[in-house]
Amino acid sequence: MALLSVREETKRFGGLIANQSISFDVEEGELLAVIGPNGAGKTTLFNVISGFFPPTSGSIHFDGKDITGAPPHSIASAGLVRTYQLVQLFKHLTVAENVEIGSHRVTRGGVFSALLRPDWMRRQEKSVCEEARQLLRFVGLESQSDVQADKLPYGRQRLLEVARALAAKPRLLLLDEPAAGLNTQETEALAEVISRIHRGGTTVILIEHDMSLVMKIAQRIVVLDFGKKIAEGTPNEIKAHPDVIAAYLGGTEMADA
Amino acid sequence: MLPVVAVVVLAGFGLLSSDYVVTVLGFAFIYAIFCTGLNFFMGYTGQASFGQSAFAAIGGYGSAILCADYGWEPLAALLATMVLSGLAAVIVGYPTLRLRGHYLAMATFALGLIVYEITIEWTDLTQGYMGYSGVPPLGIAGYELVTVKQQLVALVVLALFGVAVASRLRQSRFGRALASIAGSEQAALALGVNIARYKLIAFVIAALYASAAGSLFAHFIGFISPEVFGTTMVIQSFAMLYLGGIGTMWGPTIGAIIVSILPEALRGLKEMQDIAYTAILIFILIFAPRGLAGLSVLFKRVDRQAREDA
Repeated sequence: MALLSVREETKRFGGLIANQSISFDVEEGELLAVIGPNGAGKTTLFNVISGFFPPTSGSIHFDGKDITGAPPHSIASAGLVRTYQLVQLFKHLTVAENVEIGSHRVTRGGVFSALLRPDWMRRQEKSVCEEARQLLRFVGLESQSDVQADKLPYGRQRLLEVARALAAKPRLLLLDEPAAGLNTQETEALAEVISRIHRGGTTVILIEHDMSLVMKIAQRIVVLDFGKKIAEGTPNEIKAHPDVIAAYLGGTEMADA
Repeated sequence: MLPVVAVVVLAGFGLLSSDYVVTVLGFAFIYAIFCTGLNFFMGYTGQASFGQSAFAAIGGYGSAILCADYGWEPLAALLATMVLSGLAAVIVGYPTLRLRGHYLAMATFALGLIVYEITIEWTDLTQGYMGYSGVPPLGIAGYELVTVKQQLVALVVLALFGVAVASRLRQSRFGRALASIAGSEQAALALGVNIARYKLIAFVIAALYASAAGSLFAHFIGFISPEVFGTTMVIQSFAMLYLGGIGTMWGPTIGAIIVSILPEALRGLKEMQDIAYTAILIFILIFAPRGLAGLSVLFKRVDRQAREDA
């Protein structure tokens, strides 16, 4: 059974149909990319899947459970964790603390355990710390763990956001244009990180504009245009798909890809 | 550790001075408790509340009435009114905390005004403008702290206890969840933080501290009136939070002490007192925009520099 299954999902904003009857499945362990021109409805699709907007109609199932219209924090708690197109860091906190907050979903404890500090709580704190350090090493930020998050260069802020999402041990990771605003080297570093996340067994959905990145790492691609799904297939199938070429890629970009 | 030593030294200095100085310091530490609580909601969680004086009023009047009229133990009254304030905070906070930014500020401001009006109008309970006198001093199991100096010691211990609790809460999964809300609600939600719930808990904790501060005020002065818990209290506490360093561990205490002591220290300037006071506040905010606690970064930097040079 698919880990995520989107069925006939439609989202209307007044007269504008941002998503029209979109259906697709994501299998466990897969790396799926969602591409499409600006305004095609990609981010709306992410917002609906992650619960920030309820869909106008249709359904979303995650891990066999219906999560249509559930609040975002409970969808995240279920293991579906997203990042944002515009980086949303906890700017006033250190890099390490940003990642530590990411572990919220996979840890427990509230006011009383914080006050009384029982054994399990102290052990948990230690492992939260240790895991944050490992994740920062994973994305190459370990030397900057005490820096305030908004003091990082932009490309590294992106990596930090990914590390923070990983601290939540997502079953499905939604990355919304993680390469936006990155230069070529930064994009390559990011591609490497995403492939490693995927190889580590995490299912990933990626919205991306950078075609070379998508073609390099995605196993399957869903193409949106004007709110509709116009194609779905492997990178090679998508490259050759006439509708996609007409809608989006264009002849010259194909030659590069 | 340094701030603890500083607080103890300051209190020690107070104990060697006149009762007047002791009273000023007593106020400072009561405010330190109030602000340490408010810091949970405004600092760690990044929300605005202009109505925290309402919970101080519940604590103050509650303790005054229970102790003066019903002969309760001060400590029992303090705890009972904290429970009452906590319940009130849940009831008020549940609907209002859906609001954000300015709207939340307005709603909480209304809360403060409503409770202020109640303390004036419900004369059967509060004796209105007359105020409530005859509140016994702090004490435990029949042993009363009769002198202000004894009471100051108790207040210092309680204020330090309040900071210790805040420090434990902040450095935990719970505290990190609060900080995530201040950082970005969007990101907090995406990581599974139930922000409505955590905002409510922060609001309740702030109310518990405020209530305790109100009760302590009633015992320390022995008299309360509506003005004590009016808008001035709110503005005063904001000055303390921002001056000391909002969102930091010791900022509220540092701010409370400075804002309480400064006007008294400048008393010799007579008519220039207010001008000098304001000038110093502005000066501090220009040179330490993150509050005085934020200056600790400077010490760390100097420290690191020294180590690197060595």
